[in-house]
Amino acid sequence: MTGATLERGINAFKEQINAPVAAFFSSCVSCGICAEACLFYTETGDPKYTPIRKLEPLRRVWEQEYTLVGKIKRLLGFEKPVTDELLEEWRELLYDSCTLCGRCSMVCPVGNDIAYMVRRAREGMVASGNSPVDVQAAAVRAVTIGSPMGIKLKALETQIRNIEADTGLTIPLDVEGADYMALLSSMEVINFPEYIESLARIFKQAGISWTLCSEAFEATNTGIQIGSTDIARELVQRAVDGAEKLRVKYVISPECGHAYTAIRWDGPNLIGRPYKFRVVHILELLDELRANGRIKTRNPTNQCMTFHDPCSIVRKGGVLESPRNLMALVNSNFVEMPDHGKWNWCCGGGGGVSANTDAEELRTQVFRRKKLQLEATGATKLVTACANCRLVIEEGLEAYNMELPIEGLTELVAQHLIEDEIPSGTQDSS
Amino acid sequence: MTDRKAETLGAILRKNGVSRRGFLKFCTTTASLMALPPSWVPTLALALEQARRPSVIWLSFQECTGCTESLTRSHSPSLESLIFDYISLDYHHTLQVASGTAAEAAREQAMHENAGKYLLVVDGSIPLGNPGYSTIAGISNLQMLKETAKGAAAIVAVGNCAAFGGLPKANPNPTGAVSVSDIITDKPIINVSGCPPIPVVITGVLAHYLTFGKLPELDQYNRPKVFFGTSIHDRCYRRPFYDKGLFASTFDDEGAKKGWCLYKLGCKGPMTYNACATAKWNQGTSWPVESGHGCLGCSEPDFWDAGGFYNALSIPIGDVSRNTAYAGAAGLVLGAAAAGLNRKTKAEAVRNHGKVSIDDLEKPS
Amino acid sequence: MIEPMDFLLWVRGSLFDVAVTVFVIGIIIRFFEILSLGRSKDLAEAKGTEFVPGIKTIITRTLPEQGTFKRQPLTIIAGYVFHVGLLVSLVLFIPHIELFRQTFGFGWPGLPNPIVDAAAVLGIVGLLAALWNRITNPVMKILTDNEDYLVWVLTFLPMITGYLAYHRMVNPYPLILGLHILSIELLMVFFPFTKLMHTFTLFLARWYNGAMSGRRGVES
Repeated sequence: MTGATLERGINAFKEQINAPVAAFFSSCVSCGICAEACLFYTETGDPKYTPIRKLEPLRRVWEQEYTLVGKIKRLLGFEKPVTDELLEEWRELLYDSCTLCGRCSMVCPVGNDIAYMVRRAREGMVASGNSPVDVQAAAVRAVTIGSPMGIKLKALETQIRNIEADTGLTIPLDVEGADYMALLSSMEVINFPEYIESLARIFKQAGISWTLCSEAFEATNTGIQIGSTDIARELVQRAVDGAEKLRVKYVISPECGHAYTAIRWDGPNLIGRPYKFRVVHILELLDELRANGRIKTRNPTNQCMTFHDPCSIVRKGGVLESPRNLMALVNSNFVEMPDHGKWNWCCGGGGGVSANTDAEELRTQVFRRKKLQLEATGATKLVTACANCRLVIEEGLEAYNMELPIEGLTELVAQHLIEDEIPSGTQDSS
Repeated sequence: MTDRKAETLGAILRKNGVSRRGFLKFCTTTASLMALPPSWVPTLALALEQARRPSVIWLSFQECTGCTESLTRSHSPSLESLIFDYISLDYHHTLQVASGTAAEAAREQAMHENAGKYLLVVDGSIPLGNPGYSTIAGISNLQMLKETAKGAAAIVAVGNCAAFGGLPKANPNPTGAVSVSDIITDKPIINVSGCPPIPVVITGVLAHYLTFGKLPELDQYNRPKVFFGTSIHDRCYRRPFYDKGLFASTFDDEGAKKGWCLYKLGCKGPMTYNACATAKWNQGTSWPVESGHGCLGCSEPDFWDAGGFYNALSIPIGDVSRNTAYAGAAGLVLGAAAAGLNRKTKAEAVRNHGKVSIDDLEKPS
Repeated sequence: MIEPMDFLLWVRGSLFDVAVTVFVIGIIIRFFEILSLGRSKDLAEAKGTEFVPGIKTIITRTLPEQGTFKRQPLTIIAGYVFHVGLLVSLVLFIPHIELFRQTFGFGWPGLPNPIVDAAAVLGIVGLLAALWNRITNPVMKILTDNEDYLVWVLTFLPMITGYLAYHRMVNPYPLILGLHILSIELLMVFFPFTKLMHTFTLFLARWYNGAMSGRRGVES
């Protein structure tokens, strides 16, 4: 193709408008309630961040192309056109100040799923060349290198070797016919390799046959964040190909929130067919192992802990009870945040915001919401289940000079795991 | 005849055995009906006593004689009918003795002798469709009205037909009926509407004319405000039931028996301006709502076509169910067309989709 | 010159027919316009069902989330007061019920007029509060366009004329009754082509929201 143009952008808007979007726009009465659910408004007080307003370009296309009144208005020359200037102005609203957290979609009195529409509006922003350059660069890295952070297989292999050397565990790679194929996020490979180690420990103890895939270890999907089905499809296809090549029964989504959205919910729709395998979130799997008695834990601490629900996992993925069941295994002094579960507030870095330097200042500003939530609990440790949330919160805490250690839930479960004394080599698949 | 015309009303009343006391009582009643303050009673009495019998010509066109019946069937001898006796009714083809050429001669004579001074009373509407629809002595209603109106001091249109077209004008108005004021525009016209009008309203208007020598204050329909100034609903004794939300749903249910509001049964009281609720009928015996039937709105223009006597006022005149069904059918067709357009637009957009690759993320510089 | 009674007959007659026709056709067109855009089948393995969560969301979205309520009480209270006032006066006033009975062939019991009257006052007060909020609240101010004011006026006129007609504060009555009916007709004519459509489409919107979430095992 010839690069991004306004025409392609508008065409993408037209493609993205479906019955739910039309029903949502038809129902909005400009009540402004959605602003109260959006941390970009509550923390800045700037009404321009009102969620539904972020959709003005998409709304205009809907009105002009798909409603009688809009067509008449256009004939009479009353319509407000969608211009490149408008889209440029809206970049901040559709990217920098929206994490696709979906909290607005939960409070809209008429039931508008605003986050769903923002995701769709981003398609037009990408096609018209108005996506943020940082996220564009991440997308290029994801497509060309295989990871938005530019991590190659070599890096993963190094980490695997290190873990294997340190612990004596085996990290299976490219094991055909394994039951489970685990996906990882780049951040886990680089920043939190403990996650990989924890998987190995737990699965060994539970007797699970699993593997990583050298051709498809990356779970994150910059196509979803930037808002391009074409790029998202290309990326998710790699995971699907890898899983189908290894003939696994299950693919395990890592803790990372948007990766779960990508592989669990968007993937089959992107490739246009159902998978030949099932997808489980790591927390769902761990909770199942717990329920079946396949893993046991010991010595729950009574340190005061709280749990940050990643938006993509809880509000958009329905993984609500599992983390709480798992927390109960390891901690006896668990406190909930004031708005928790499906009402939790976003860390401020989802939906590609953490990859977008344009948004950095704003992201730090709106982190105040999370800070207040955390302070209200009095917890001395924060547990979460998303490497991105974890990094964003760490940065936020630092910016606000707050001391609070953060840990991934999977690692925490692994720490309290009761392991058999037999050293190694019990896995059927190894 | 001429002798009697010279006599004053007061003298005639006394000659006919009406006491001063009775006369004043009549004046008081009339004054109160006309909403005049009590201090006006002497003025009214004086004026009436001294009034000379004016010549009155009564023309009946497309009508049912109900208006005349309303006046004459009032239980006699009433003061109302007495005063009626003491105008000089020179032409009224139902009441007059003369017939044929003699009758028409009487009309022409009265017109000639009292040119510019006589009062013209009309009941019935005038057909414009075909002059032959209604004629008197071979003269079309239209011609007779125009002729007679020419020399009249004022015109009193009695009854809904003369005032607004009435029943003859009801949809589809086969005769092309119109009201007096649709034809005569250069004379003062007072509409005493009703189907029929309340007798006392007619006499009241005449009394006013005799007293003050001019027409009473009129509303936007040229009806005397004193009689048509308040609605039936505002003066209705069943009004408290309306306010409480207590309605009769059929003519024989508990609500009807308890005398609840007749709104649901089609009472047009809220939109109707007339004196029925206060003046009542048949010498104060009763009135439609009191006898258990809703007001038909007979003093209002086009009341025949105002949506059915037994339909509540809030119900539109047209057939809403039928319209909704037709509109629904049309909506399905137009909706399908709109859907087709939208699907086409979207299909085109999908066809025009340019696959986004990493080389397409930036705008061409 | 149009006399009040001619005016009343006109608005109760042909104009009402026109308004109903535009209203019905318009609403059907709008639903076709929306539904024709379709929704692709979701190929991801479902975690929950669509239908029941969709219906549930239709109901539950009627109540605000507590935190949101605390942050924006005026919007929510004014919204409730106005909507309840409007609905009570619209569907529980006996003369209105008679109209529905005539149209649909069935009716329902109404409320005593003083209660409806009180509801109408609440409705009017709610609408005024909503307008004040719209003018002063920065979020609403930035969202509001001419259409929002248009629909406010279109909603306010029937309420205020209805109130004046009921209390017979304008003479002659046929004039104010006619204006009341005319204002309803204006509302009906504009209804399908403005945000007033939310009255119907919100059920669709809530259902989609609830169903799409429900499929993922989320209660929305």
